[in-house]
Amino acid sequence: MEREVYLDNAAATPVRKEVLEAMLPYFDKYYANPSTMYKPGLEVKKVLDEQRAKVADLIGASPEEIVFTSSGAEANNLAVKGIPFAHRKKGNHIIISAIEHHSVLNSARFFERLDYEVTFLQVDEFGFVNPRRVEELIRQETVLVSIMHANNEIGTIQPIQEIAEVCKSKGVFFHTDAVATVGNIPVDVNELGVDLLSISGIPLGAPKGTGALYFRKGTRIMPLIHGGIQESGRRAGTENVPGIVGLGKAAELAKQDVEEWSNKVKALRDRLIYGVLERIERTRITGHPEKRLPAHASFCVEAIEGEALIYMLSSQGIYANTGSACASKALKTSPVLVAIGVPPDIAQGSVVFTLGRSNSMEDVDYVLEKLPHVVERLRAMSPLWKQEAA
Amino acid sequence: MAAKTIYLDHNATTPVAPEAAEAMTPYMGERFGNPSSGYPLGREAHEAVEHARTEVALIIGADPSEIVFTSGGTESNNFVLKGIVDLKDPGANHIITCAVEHPAILNPALYLMELGVKVSIVGVDHYGRVDPQDIEKEIRPETRLISIMLANNETGTLQPIEEISRVGQDHGIPVHTDAAQAVGKIPVDVKALGVDFLTVAGHKLYGPKGVGALFIRRGLSLTPLIHGAGQERGLRAGTENVILSIGLGAACSLAARRISEDVEAARKMRGRLEELLFEGVEGLVLNGHPTERLPNTLNVSVPGLEGAKVLEGIPEIMASTGAACHDRTVKLSHVLSAMGVSEEVGMGALRFSVGRTNTMEQVERAARLIIQQIRGLRDGR
Repeated sequence: MEREVYLDNAAATPVRKEVLEAMLPYFDKYYANPSTMYKPGLEVKKVLDEQRAKVADLIGASPEEIVFTSSGAEANNLAVKGIPFAHRKKGNHIIISAIEHHSVLNSARFFERLDYEVTFLQVDEFGFVNPRRVEELIRQETVLVSIMHANNEIGTIQPIQEIAEVCKSKGVFFHTDAVATVGNIPVDVNELGVDLLSISGIPLGAPKGTGALYFRKGTRIMPLIHGGIQESGRRAGTENVPGIVGLGKAAELAKQDVEEWSNKVKALRDRLIYGVLERIERTRITGHPEKRLPAHASFCVEAIEGEALIYMLSSQGIYANTGSACASKALKTSPVLVAIGVPPDIAQGSVVFTLGRSNSMEDVDYVLEKLPHVVERLRAMSPLWKQEAA
Repeated sequence: MAAKTIYLDHNATTPVAPEAAEAMTPYMGERFGNPSSGYPLGREAHEAVEHARTEVALIIGADPSEIVFTSGGTESNNFVLKGIVDLKDPGANHIITCAVEHPAILNPALYLMELGVKVSIVGVDHYGRVDPQDIEKEIRPETRLISIMLANNETGTLQPIEEISRVGQDHGIPVHTDAAQAVGKIPVDVKALGVDFLTVAGHKLYGPKGVGALFIRRGLSLTPLIHGAGQERGLRAGTENVILSIGLGAACSLAARRISEDVEAARKMRGRLEELLFEGVEGLVLNGHPTERLPNTLNVSVPGLEGAKVLEGIPEIMASTGAACHDRTVKLSHVLSAMGVSEEVGMGALRFSVGRTNTMEQVERAARLIIQQIRGLRDGR
């Protein structure tokens, strides 16, 4: 292979070097259980509190508003189940968007079995939720609104502030799944005005198996995992100390450089987006062209199968995705693309590139060089393409 | 930890074995793929996680398809209890557990009770053992689960799980055992035990914190605790914790290889500690079963002295007075209380758990220090 270009940073990222260095001593050297009363245990407990402060600082929260979890998915489960369970007396209606991540979607669906009503809010062709529509749908029994900050398949960033205002004025808890944004763009919980916000370690360059949930001081929530009194009783289980140290370090680094990186990577993204649109006919961008994640470029290429494209790109050393990695095993046609009105046959040709810290302009140029040939070869084999050409 | 210190708290946690650390290292660096991705980097991560699954399965005699990775023993326990009941009609569900379980069982059970699920908590004898007949008496038509731990974290007392499984089988009720403290410390085999669900915790067997597993016998299913995409065969969502799963697999593989030497070493060191302490401290009381006990655990009480006071004076020894997870409140441990240990004796409880970091020399030195400290406190010094 001439070159290897990893463009699936939404699925997994390499752990940042400084993060790894920070974590390593906590596997063997500082191994005490933070719940113990002797000195090494108390020291580890102190280290955990420092990490909590760093994660809080990244999103403008207070340390006591952060609970560490085992992933973004767990944070979403904790929020979407923990609020309705803790506020059963308030009502049994939940509003989420039709393009939420599976961890929000299936947590909400879990309540349907328990006689809750779940409203799946439709989105427009860019994937935007209309805040006015949220306002109309909220009723007396609504206990939670959960709308993601940005979508991992189409990159669109939602008008979270406006939705939060609506929820606030109606007195309804508002959660946002910020797994795709924290680490990619600056995020501030007070600016956004949300009550709960999910974080994953992956976009931050922390290891898989780390995450956190922010919830505003005073928000009552039912734990998802009961047991010991770790995390102030909000999440039981001996803490993943190395993972949390990694997440803390990654948050500290992101606080310093996310804005700069986010601006820098936008140039690569735009070169990729406009380069692809220019070089490959009958290709459309999915999601909003500007109000999108800075490292996210997604397309539908007509008359080809996304799976085949990914496979062919892989043989050229280019690693991309057809949608979200998590969904790739769960589903065939992407519900997100269906929700934004992409016809099912065109949705088959979905390809998503997510840039990371290791990518360069040369990487983008390599993709722009290889991709048109790969598409051409696939189209040459496609009965759909031939029919239309004939 | 400092060279002079003696770590006698292996039931609270263990350092990651060098073999496990080594297995994880490449996946912290260049092999960072998402197991759900189709390209080579992803497939490599997928294969490594599946290999780890096999290693976990082997140590408990299960099939890899019966293992689900979790974020730890606590999550595994929550998963079974919450996943087996049908919350659509909580009142039509009943579970049986016992009074000396870890909070990771008792607190989910309490939560289910609040939702309307019926819970029977059977008592234990003076050694902390459950009588299988007491369990049988509690069985009702709506009983969904029997959950009894394999070994107690505070006293090391082993439960008659095989007999309890037979009770479950006779009545067609699945049996779960929280084996967080047992796997790696004694041989554990799901078939010999006859259980349907079994909890494994990584950091108790020289694997990392933040990872565990649940054995789910083939043919049985649970409602997921963490919903989302299809990872772990749809049973546990979230991008796989590749690094720590590999660490758990390697730790299990190592523990399986050296189980007899680990058991033997623990038995000798614990035996020596027990012998020296009983020789040197008048009126010392053993908490737990004299023989049906984990080979590494020694829980003793010095009547009239507070356990915390004893440990305070010997900072080089790291040990517990109760269970680590709920240590921050000073009250009699629920385990000792359920065993009928009096307040006076129970507050003087000290838990020592030996392990791979220890040597016989350390254990003997620890015994001397402990005896000295207790004598000093008794003399009012």
